Amino acid sequence: MDSSKLLMSSSPHQFHRDNTSRIMLEVLMALAPAAVLAVFFFGVRALWIMLVSIAAAVGTEALIQKLTGRPITISDCSAAITGLLLAFSVPASLPLWMVAIGAAIAIAIGKAVFGGLGHNPFNPALVGRAVLLASWPAQMTAWVEPFTFLTTATPLAALGLESAQTSYGALFLGAVPGSLGETSALAIIAGGLYLLWRKIIDWRIPAGYIGTVAIFTWIFGGEGLCGGDPLFHVLSGAVLLAAFFMATDMVTSPVTKLGRLIMGIGCGLITSVIRLWGAYPEGVTYAVLIMNALTPLIDRYTQPRRFGGVTR
Amino acid sequence: MTRAKTFVGGTYPAHNKDRTKAQPIALAPVPEVLIYPLCQHIGAPCEPLVAVGDRVLRGQKIADSTAKICAPIHSSVSGKVIAIEPRPHPNGQSTMAIVVENDGLDETVAPFVEPKGLDELSPAEIVEIVREAGIVGLGGAAFPTHFKLVPPPHAKIEMVILNGAECEPYLTCDHRTMVEKPELVVQGLRILMKALGVNQGYIGVEVNKPDAIAALSSACAAYSGIQVVPLQVKYPQGSEAQLIKAVTGRELPAKKLPADVGVIVNNVGTAAAVAEAVQTGLPLMERVVTISGSMVERPQNLLVRIGTTFGDLLTECGLKGQPGKIINGGPMMGMTVGTIDVPVTKGVTGILALSEAESCQLEVGPCIRCGRCVDVCPMFLLPVFLGQFAERGMLDKAEEYHILDCQECGCCSYVCPARRPLVQNIRLAKSGVLAKRHQ
Ligand code: SF4
Ligand code: SF4
Repeated sequence: MDSSKLLMSSSPHQFHRDNTSRIMLEVLMALAPAAVLAVFFFGVRALWIMLVSIAAAVGTEALIQKLTGRPITISDCSAAITGLLLAFSVPASLPLWMVAIGAAIAIAIGKAVFGGLGHNPFNPALVGRAVLLASWPAQMTAWVEPFTFLTTATPLAALGLESAQTSYGALFLGAVPGSLGETSALAIIAGGLYLLWRKIIDWRIPAGYIGTVAIFTWIFGGEGLCGGDPLFHVLSGAVLLAAFFMATDMVTSPVTKLGRLIMGIGCGLITSVIRLWGAYPEGVTYAVLIMNALTPLIDRYTQPRRFGGVTR
Repeated sequence: MTRAKTFVGGTYPAHNKDRTKAQPIALAPVPEVLIYPLCQHIGAPCEPLVAVGDRVLRGQKIADSTAKICAPIHSSVSGKVIAIEPRPHPNGQSTMAIVVENDGLDETVAPFVEPKGLDELSPAEIVEIVREAGIVGLGGAAFPTHFKLVPPPHAKIEMVILNGAECEPYLTCDHRTMVEKPELVVQGLRILMKALGVNQGYIGVEVNKPDAIAALSSACAAYSGIQVVPLQVKYPQGSEAQLIKAVTGRELPAKKLPADVGVIVNNVGTAAAVAEAVQTGLPLMERVVTISGSMVERPQNLLVRIGTTFGDLLTECGLKGQPGKIINGGPMMGMTVGTIDVPVTKGVTGILALSEAESCQLEVGPCIRCGRCVDVCPMFLLPVFLGQFAERGMLDKAEEYHILDCQECGCCSYVCPARRPLVQNIRLAKSGVLAKRHQ
């Protein structure tokens, strides 16, 4: 035995098997059911949007890392998640080049300028979406009907226009107009439950988010008090997608338990307010981005009471 | 059985105990040369009482000090002192040590006290025996036990808790002691209780050791006031504050000692050593050590003479090849050693030889703010920020976030998916904060 070959290192010497890439890979897997349903409802075009978006996101990350001489870290799958989430939040009719630009912006402005993975204050996919929405509002809201590809309004927008109510069943399965990944509640919940079960996300964010939207829209969403339709609001639009996959983005959400609950509730409040009284039919993008901005503050003021910090 | 108790936070590392937990403790061969570092405990180092060339007997006191927090050191063989010089210590430093050449005769000193029954012993006599026997915490901390038995006058001690959690992966030395010598453990607990004048005693054992719980339960059935407390299997269940929380529900206030909440905690192995010293009148000369890890051919628990080197024991158990790391202690809090010429001191609980694959330097990624370190921290700290402050030298900020309350259990580093060296950085910053305070 050669003592000089013994590694000297600080404890611990045993580690949990989860590492960053594995966690990211599992998030991708959890998004798979929604991706499959998107292709089912919106056809091959949905597939193209997802592929272009992922390719543009991953390509941009690799390119920037190469140009700035940093190690290429695309194998950690985080850029792929950003690409897929962005694809999930655009309509099936969006031109592919716009998708590519959105994904590139998501990575470049949403992530790389801050120093890459772990340093970005805002959810990159939502930064990309916000930029697309501001640049091409018409195309970004040109929703098409599943299967037929006829241009139409989303259930949420329809709620604002006429009183054409979409059935809960259609909302749940996803056979409604909307962005690629936000239509099927079933697929999103399945993926979300998987992440909860694997303890990759904390229940406090989705529970806080969904619960708040339900309560708030029930109280204020209808004629008079408590006449709203909470189920419709929870199932329609991007609430579920955001609650399980966007507000829970680890990098941009609080690290404390109480902080995560506040994150969820805050997202729910802002989403509901924008939906009920704002100019946009949908509020999740700005809700999550605003709460992202508040995350450092939330972390700071939700420090847990330390063990032994009793006053005696 | 009532529901197993525990604390909040913590984590579940793989136990890796199966290879050693069912085998009886075997006797380690006694080597030709034994090394006794002058400091085998927390506190002041001892001064040698012998000179090079002296003959020493087994059980003879060879080093002591008048310092309050200190424990004398005894030779574990008979033979000749061949050197008093700096030797590598299992804690990584090089410290003065007495080196004894074994003459193989095991000629033993006369007992330093006449063995007496528990009823005839006074608390003061017990404290004196424990001190003279050189007993320290055998769970790894190596704090002189006699000092714990004389709590500060303001503290009102109500109970003694024996720590049989053994939450570190791989280690089974306490497990085997509890299974094989339950009467000795319980007897030790009774002696400690008498020394402290209390009538409540608890033995906390994680439920992954049902045989130990059964053995101890029947051993203490005859004594009222002594109870075995099953604990959930979770790391760091055996950490003092977490053990006290689980057993009593009391939360040890920051910067306070267990005595301040009326509790004295001792390891089960320590209790057995106390009972042995009282029964035989001989000092602490041997301890049980777990030798394990993927590179060890015949992992097992050995009863080892203090002063035997790691190398002697690894030879006895067989190495499968070049290990990547050798650890003094368990994988969560143990330290790597750079040479196998270090001796087993009183605080060595285990020796692990891990493979090169298990020892490779881990690639550190950026923090993804997953919050897992926060979720597991048993002290409810925010390791993610402590690590950042530590890395950037922001000591004031670190102190504000209670870095000094970190007990260095390693849960945060263990779970971190980015493999950030959290405890490592925190440890450095802690000494920085303390150094600044002393200025
Ligand atoms: S566990 Fe590691 S990656 Fe996660 S928040 Fe803590 S330091 Fe960051
Ligand atoms: S910060 Fe300290 S006490 Fe908390 S998990 Fe890390 S090592 Fe343990």
